[in-house]
Amino acid sequence: MNPSSWIKANLFNSPVNSLLTVLALALLGQVVPPLVDWAVVRASWGPGDPETCRRAGGACWTLLTEKHRLMLFGVYPYDQHWRPLLAMALFVALLAVSANRRFWRPWLGGAWLLTVVVIGILMWGGVLGLVPVETSQWGGLPLTLVIAVLAIAMAFPFSILLALGRRSELPAIKALSVGYIELVRGVPLVSVLFMASVMFPLFLPEGITIDKVLRALVGMTLFTAAYLAEAVRGGLQAIPKGQFEAADALGLSYWQGMRLIVLPQALRLVIPPIVNQFITCFKDTSLVTIVGLYDLLAATKAALNDPGWRPFFVEGYLAAAAVYFCFCFFMSRYSQWLERELAKGTR
Amino acid sequence: MTSPSQPIIELRDVNKWFGAFHVLKDVTLEVAKGERVVVCGPSGSGKSTMIRCINRLEEHQGGRIVVDGVELADDVKAIEAVRRRVGMVFQSFNLFPHLTVLENLTLAPVRVAGVAPKDAEATAMALLERVRIPEQAGKFPGQLSGGQQQRVAIARALCLKPAVMLFDEPTSALDPEMVGEVLDVMSGLAAEGMTMICVTHEMGFARAVADTMVFMDEGRIVEVAPPAQFFDHPANERTKRFLGKIIGH
Repeated sequence: MNPSSWIKANLFNSPVNSLLTVLALALLGQVVPPLVDWAVVRASWGPGDPETCRRAGGACWTLLTEKHRLMLFGVYPYDQHWRPLLAMALFVALLAVSANRRFWRPWLGGAWLLTVVVIGILMWGGVLGLVPVETSQWGGLPLTLVIAVLAIAMAFPFSILLALGRRSELPAIKALSVGYIELVRGVPLVSVLFMASVMFPLFLPEGITIDKVLRALVGMTLFTAAYLAEAVRGGLQAIPKGQFEAADALGLSYWQGMRLIVLPQALRLVIPPIVNQFITCFKDTSLVTIVGLYDLLAATKAALNDPGWRPFFVEGYLAAAAVYFCFCFFMSRYSQWLERELAKGTR
Repeated sequence: MTSPSQPIIELRDVNKWFGAFHVLKDVTLEVAKGERVVVCGPSGSGKSTMIRCINRLEEHQGGRIVVDGVELADDVKAIEAVRRRVGMVFQSFNLFPHLTVLENLTLAPVRVAGVAPKDAEATAMALLERVRIPEQAGKFPGQLSGGQQQRVAIARALCLKPAVMLFDEPTSALDPEMVGEVLDVMSGLAAEGMTMICVTHEMGFARAVADTMVFMDEGRIVEVAPPAQFFDHPANERTKRFLGKIIGH
């Protein structure tokens, strides 16, 4: 199809559509040129100070040049930044490997454990000649990744147990699962984080403290698991009774039947709501700021506290938003690919 | 193992309720090794429930069920042992849609019986030959016709080398032109001396294959007889009425 007939068929195929096309073009004409002017033409690039930006009059990308290390790593000791950077690279590599179906083998669990330990050593230090860094100094994107990835990785298996528990025929297990899910779903994440961070230590014996990051991580995990459990249960309910019976009739035990027959089918059905919950969890990590942790968003905010740079908060938040978007968009696209991949051959 | 004189399946005064509904009433039945039993009766008469009690897909509430010398009670290990000895074919096939045909067949031998994957595959291929669809081994169930799926289901049930096969209306969900291919496979099994209990409305098959006909109505076994006597001289009025309806004089 040549361009002019494509335009005719898709943009001007009825009076209403023609009108909408004209209106849309007019709107774009109003918005795009000033945006390009601000973001590109009059923007200030490269090193400089707030004065450089004010003179340029456009977007202040200089802010990112000057402050990106504070935004990315928070108050982590400046000369040690290579450690969180390496930790992030390891996380991304781990996720890339996990995303590939060929590597869905038992050793992947071991690889996760090992990577998490290595990341822990990198971030904490104190061994192998690495300067110790308290978790209160962790911040920025590595903190966001540590909390989001570990919360998701721990919440997922936990949520499967909760979903199975909720459908269990054993009254005590069912009651526990229902009680847990309803209780956690009934309160906001903010209050769960407050509980984990402020209330929980009050119940601990004198002298025993649990790390702040760990507490936030546990809070996120418990919260996410309750929501994920309901998504997983939706999948379990969609599996015909005949599948359970066929598994039973072949002599498979309950756990074999679940692991080999029911869960592979159920989880495939609920990829969209599960990924939805992953994305929510990733973005909700920005709430850990209320318990005094400097995740990516909080670190960005801290960078903008510098009085000279304060007027350029839009650029700072845009940059943070872009980072969140990259991760969430990747998860979304990956889930679509995975759905297609797992549907191959069947039906 | 049972001695030849002992029945391989024994139901004694079995009772079962679904809530307030009394679905099995004092059901007593013995099946000898190698015996081919066809169970018929109007819908809701308890036929399916009875054979589903034999591998404990349903739990009976009164009486005893002994399969191959193992009494079915709450012992989970005993139940799993019985299920390994009893193959079951369902009305709706119940193949695992996320696994290939071959994987459907090798799953239980490898995971339940601990057979080496290579041996399990060889057995599976031999069984697929026997149900005449070896060329479908790499496909997924959703890509097969109903008749082919049911033949795969029969092969899957045979993979654990069961002592008894249970068929729960295996042809009821099939298009008419596919019924024959499934019945052929079942007749072949019967000819090889497999002990089987079939719930079916295929009276031609029953007459040709069965050693014993069992007629059930309203949760009771009403009549037990060899097919010749059952079809030509039924003793019970309800049997007569039922046969009259489905054979259609």
